[in-house]
Amino acid sequence: MERVRKGVQALWVFLTNGFWGFPFTGTLYQGPLKVLCSPGLNCYSCPAATTFCPIGSLQQLLLGVRLSLQSGQLLVGTYVLGCLGLLGTVFGRFICGWACPFGLLQELLYAIPTRKYRLPPVLRFGKYLCLVLLVIVLPLTLVDSFGLGRPWFCKAVCPAGTLEAGIPMLLLMPELRTLTGWLFAGKLAVLAAVLLWSVPVSRPFCRTLCPLGAFYGLFNRVSLIRLKFSADACTKCGACHAVCPVGIRFNETPESSECIRCLKCMTQACEFNAISLDLAGLTLSGGPTLPEKRSPRTTAP
Amino acid sequence: MKHKPAAGQTPSPHGRRPARRYTVRRAPLFLLLFFLLLLLIGIAVDEPARVLEQARTVCLECIGVG
Repeated sequence: MERVRKGVQALWVFLTNGFWGFPFTGTLYQGPLKVLCSPGLNCYSCPAATTFCPIGSLQQLLLGVRLSLQSGQLLVGTYVLGCLGLLGTVFGRFICGWACPFGLLQELLYAIPTRKYRLPPVLRFGKYLCLVLLVIVLPLTLVDSFGLGRPWFCKAVCPAGTLEAGIPMLLLMPELRTLTGWLFAGKLAVLAAVLLWSVPVSRPFCRTLCPLGAFYGLFNRVSLIRLKFSADACTKCGACHAVCPVGIRFNETPESSECIRCLKCMTQACEFNAISLDLAGLTLSGGPTLPEKRSPRTTAP
Repeated sequence: MKHKPAAGQTPSPHGRRPARRYTVRRAPLFLLLFFLLLLLIGIAVDEPARVLEQARTVCLECIGVG
């Protein structure tokens, strides 16, 4: 199952970054597919990006909401929020585990053999702070003399944007290099910190800073695709704790907003069918005889 | 051998095989309708064109250059 998941993650990397003509055109993809919402965090200024980033677009619409309303347009982010809400209601954080390019990168870095560390649980609230403050409140309220705000999360934090768009665009457009300064240096430092942090800690950005993961996490309790827990079948052996990449004790908090639905607990750990996948009422179980279950890999998230 | 009903199943009064109990979760349906409505409102006010316009240009601020 883990190979299948890696394959699906790789497929989404290429689906959302499928324009490889940028070295010849000298700029990013400008086709009609960019009206579609990327399910995972994927910067739309990446030269290969074929879809729009929901977090970037939401900030862009919110920061210009005053000008839009003054000009009689109602561009307040309903389309982007509608796309995000539909994705969240159907998948919840399943997207984080299966369709996010930056999540895949962190998983690959975590596979580097080093000593592994747990993440202090209190840090998980950081992503909600990012969502509320940097994506919604500051772009709406901190405005210049023209009434325009700034995309604070993208501008100051987003390491996916620096990696997928900032660095490639500077390579592609040398004239932009003169515009770089402390801001870009700061973003490079954030990117370097996140990448280095991903080696000893599992998915640190997803768990502490990602506003998209925070948004999808709100839907984990109600999403159509979710994990079901059978308390009667659970023996409280703790095997699901050991394999969870985001440090959840699944049998204690089966509807946790942190769960990225990677299905490791179901397919690699639980031998008692206490965990199953609910696809809008259709229940799928991993089955007790999968070879993966005989040799569970333990992690220290 | 007596069949033990699994979670979400109730024993049938007429036979040994358990009858599956289906429940409809309303919360996702309401949320789907709500967000579909938001999406349609966005399309009605031509927000996708604005999103497309933004996504087609390099956002210098977004990449930390501007």
